[in-house]
Amino acid sequence: MTNLEKYNKAYIEIFEITENQLGLELTYQSIDNWDSVGHMGLIGELEDTFEIMMETDDIIDLDSYEKGKELLKKYDIIIE
Amino acid sequence: MNYEEILLIPPYSLDKEEKQKVMTDYLKELSCFHVDHSFEYKNIVDKLWGGKETLKMADSYYEFPFLSVSLFKKLELISVPKEEVVKTMTSSGTTGQQVSKIFLDRDTSSNQQKTLAKIVANFTGSQRMPMIIIDCPSVIKDRAMFSARGAGILGFSIFGSKKIYALDDDMKLNLAGIKQFLDEHKGENILLFGFTFMIWQHFYQELLKSEESLDLSNGILIHGGGWKKLTHEAVSKQHFKKSLKELCGIEKVYDYYGMVEQTGCIYMECECGHLHASIFSDVITRRMKDFSVCDIGQKGVIQVVSLLPKSYPGHSILTEDEGVILGEDDCACGRLGKYFEITGRIKNAEVRGCSDTYEQK
Repeated sequence: MTNLEKYNKAYIEIFEITENQLGLELTYQSIDNWDSVGHMGLIGELEDTFEIMMETDDIIDLDSYEKGKELLKKYDIIIE
Repeated sequence: MNYEEILLIPPYSLDKEEKQKVMTDYLKELSCFHVDHSFEYKNIVDKLWGGKETLKMADSYYEFPFLSVSLFKKLELISVPKEEVVKTMTSSGTTGQQVSKIFLDRDTSSNQQKTLAKIVANFTGSQRMPMIIIDCPSVIKDRAMFSARGAGILGFSIFGSKKIYALDDDMKLNLAGIKQFLDEHKGENILLFGFTFMIWQHFYQELLKSEESLDLSNGILIHGGGWKKLTHEAVSKQHFKKSLKELCGIEKVYDYYGMVEQTGCIYMECECGHLHASIFSDVITRRMKDFSVCDIGQKGVIQVVSLLPKSYPGHSILTEDEGVILGEDDCACGRLGKYFEITGRIKNAEVRGCSDTYEQK
């Protein structure tokens, strides 16, 4: 699986959404399941998937699907 | 200054004069915002505080209007359109008690989390740690409607890397699970979080009964929710700390004071045992007879002001707690701002559920 596929899979599984819901529109609180509980679930899933540990500031800043891609670069995870 | 700019200031770095200016400017604007956006709040300010014009002329936040905390149980106070509410928090009152309802929009909710992270990182560092949550998983089940306990757990979860709940949904201590977790994380610092009463009742006492031991000498325990229930059992703060240290070797134990009406800007206990106000909020003690401001060292009813509440007018609240300001800008721990202690509840206050209201079944 490519990094992008892994990245997408985390969102799809945690938020129980379909692939066509991924994109610019997908932001924190934009769907019911991406609330503060869902958020911690997503972080946990991304950390397990990519074997990283994110900093607290980045956890707070990750407020959209696109922003997440950018933030993961800090951890040497390139998603394209 | 806007809130993003304030968040960049280290949380205990402003002295009395600087803080006075930041707070007064920000809270004046915030109070006016609530007058303009909450009909109920405007009514109260008009009838009891001389309206917005009086507010605008006041030169210190000490003179700004405050609401009694019990009002949040009687009225639905809100300053944004209802459809912008993403989360509603409640004080965890038990059946028969009225609960406070606090309405959060996306910005207020996100600022709460950011503020909490700044404050707590000042005590634990910003690195995340394996975390033991001393509560049961079902406490955050209803995701749109949080109790104070749920909100606390969720807010602190950001500091946890791997997490485990110490209790199962029947409130039984999962000792085997905790032992395995500690084994997996040998040598690492461990964050423990929970409500004071839950820790005492369901963790400490159960562990004591089990006659087994846990090594938590690498642990940092943060707990809050009040001492009311434990005072009935004659458990003092000192006794609580000493007992936990003797049983599991835990040295770092930090209490905090906070309330669901002002989630985020908690008052953490420092190494000297004092509760501290950060730059995001403040405490003022007032004399019961006329609500005039107490001197340092004098006991009074506690007013809390916070820069956070934007979606509801909870930025200045008179609590039902009684306390003493011990000093300002001169605590031996080096943090600036006021430091204080809570001494109890004011007399005749409605018996009120705060987060420690958890009734035994």
